Amino acid sequence: MTCHNCGSEKAVVHLTQIVDHEMRTLHLCERCAAEKGLETSTVPENFPLTDLLAQLGREERSTVADGSPSGCAFCGLTFQQFKESGRLGCPHCWSTFEGHLRGLVRRIHGGSQHVGKVYLSPDPTVTEREKRVETLRKKLVRAVELEDFERAAEIRDEIRDMEPA
Amino acid sequence: MEGSLPFDEFGLGWLDASGEHPDIVLSTRVRLARNLQGFAFGPRARVNDRAAVLERVRAACGRVPLLQGGHVQELSALNPRGRRILLERRLASRDLVEDNGTSPPRGTAVVVSPDRPLSMMVNEEDHLRLQTLFSGLRLQDAWDLLDDLDEELGREVAFAYHPEFGFLTSCPTNVGTGLRASVLMHLPALVLTKEIGKVLQGLGQVGLTYRGLYGEGSEVVGNFFQVSNQTTLGKSEEDLVDHLDRIVRQVIHYETQARQVLLRDAVGVTEDKIWRAYGLLRYARSLSFSELMNLLSGVRLGASLKLLPGLRVYSLNKIVIFTQAAHLEEAAGRDLSPAETDVHRASFVRRILAAEGAVTPDDEPSDGGATPGQTR
Ligand SMILES: [Zn+2]
Ligand SMILES: [Zn+2]
Repeated sequence: MTCHNCGSEKAVVHLTQIVDHEMRTLHLCERCAAEKGLETSTVPENFPLTDLLAQLGREERSTVADGSPSGCAFCGLTFQQFKESGRLGCPHCWSTFEGHLRGLVRRIHGGSQHVGKVYLSPDPTVTEREKRVETLRKKLVRAVELEDFERAAEIRDEIRDMEPA
Repeated sequence: MEGSLPFDEFGLGWLDASGEHPDIVLSTRVRLARNLQGFAFGPRARVNDRAAVLERVRAACGRVPLLQGGHVQELSALNPRGRRILLERRLASRDLVEDNGTSPPRGTAVVVSPDRPLSMMVNEEDHLRLQTLFSGLRLQDAWDLLDDLDEELGREVAFAYHPEFGFLTSCPTNVGTGLRASVLMHLPALVLTKEIGKVLQGLGQVGLTYRGLYGEGSEVVGNFFQVSNQTTLGKSEEDLVDHLDRIVRQVIHYETQARQVLLRDAVGVTEDKIWRAYGLLRYARSLSFSELMNLLSGVRLGASLKLLPGLRVYSLNKIVIFTQAAHLEEAAGRDLSPAETDVHRASFVRRILAAEGAVTPDDEPSDGGATPGQTR
């Protein structure tokens, strides 16, 4: 196989690239690969949560963590403890340290807005209901696309039950 | 919902080699992390919190149609071997089972459905880890089933949920959907042709990650790679699952291509490797787990390429699970020393392969030319 770049030398480096969510392999000779500055032997490292945690709160000069300095009112976890363990103590911690967590979540996931299932707790409010119907409608479209008509019918019934008469 | 677990084959429906590409994809797993409102998360929960969480979950399970007739197995009620069996069957995590010489904390439990590939860990790092395990590549079915369980359960207990961050978890890397979908792949040809590094690197670029057979931190043995989504927030559950499905199919395509390359450019060496692996497994008197996994990789490749005709993928899957230490001890009915374990392991493998019957060796050299009627 000859190099995709110069078309003359023998391709020795086979680089898998992602173009439009598709993996493609680029075949290059040694020289062209070197020119492109490619390192081919690296394997992705495990998620560096500890690195991100170490940076947390450092970029803001202020030493005051958001939320109470004494920590979470429900479980007592302090922000310093979270930085050390990487684990939150309870659901309320997420509101207590919201500002810091938003930044961290963005760095981990590339955003902080959940776009998946909308959860309807056993005693839902009206807005929750509306969002829930929205999720169900998306599910319905998918079921129809997959030609799973039995499922589609179930979802349709559920939507009917949810909407005000 | 009570009673002790029958240890014969429960939770092992996924070994049956059904589903798509069962020779390359051993299993499909989808997991959801969920927490209950009003309780501290696992690592910070007190004994009373854990007990209260388990009681709520137990009561809820009784009303959840998908878990009717299931077992709620408290880990503290099992002996250490029983707990290790749960780990080896992938029904419990290392964290849940690890006992540091003491018995596991009260309230930790595993819930297993009697007739569906559904299970749940209670009081792990998160209050609940719902999981489903299917044979072969079946991501859509796996997600749909787990989604149903999530819906049913979420009506019975109140999950911790935030309009911006989604389902709240103890670790920020799981927040949002709480979904981790993973596919256990056997990729020997990509390893043999040394293409695997690039494929793994490619996975990192499309937001996927890989681990060994036993998840987080485990080594890659026997050319098995567990491929899963890296992030859990910012995409819908369906998008996460579809994306993984698409990429896994591409990896299967690469593996298939690499197998063709082996058959075309190195058929002699490949056949020799496969038959040697088979010979060792068929006759060895002592096998360590890692040696077994390496040999099994060759035999699995041989079965898939029809170079070892008549070997069923189901039997090879069974070997992976039942040759682990706790399973061998359970079969022997007693504790085994490491040396004894290796002997029992080899014996189990010999029995399975003998029961598979004769794998007829093709005694003609398959280097082309010499074999009449052979097409290239
Ligand atoms: Zn070139
Ligand atoms: Zn808290």
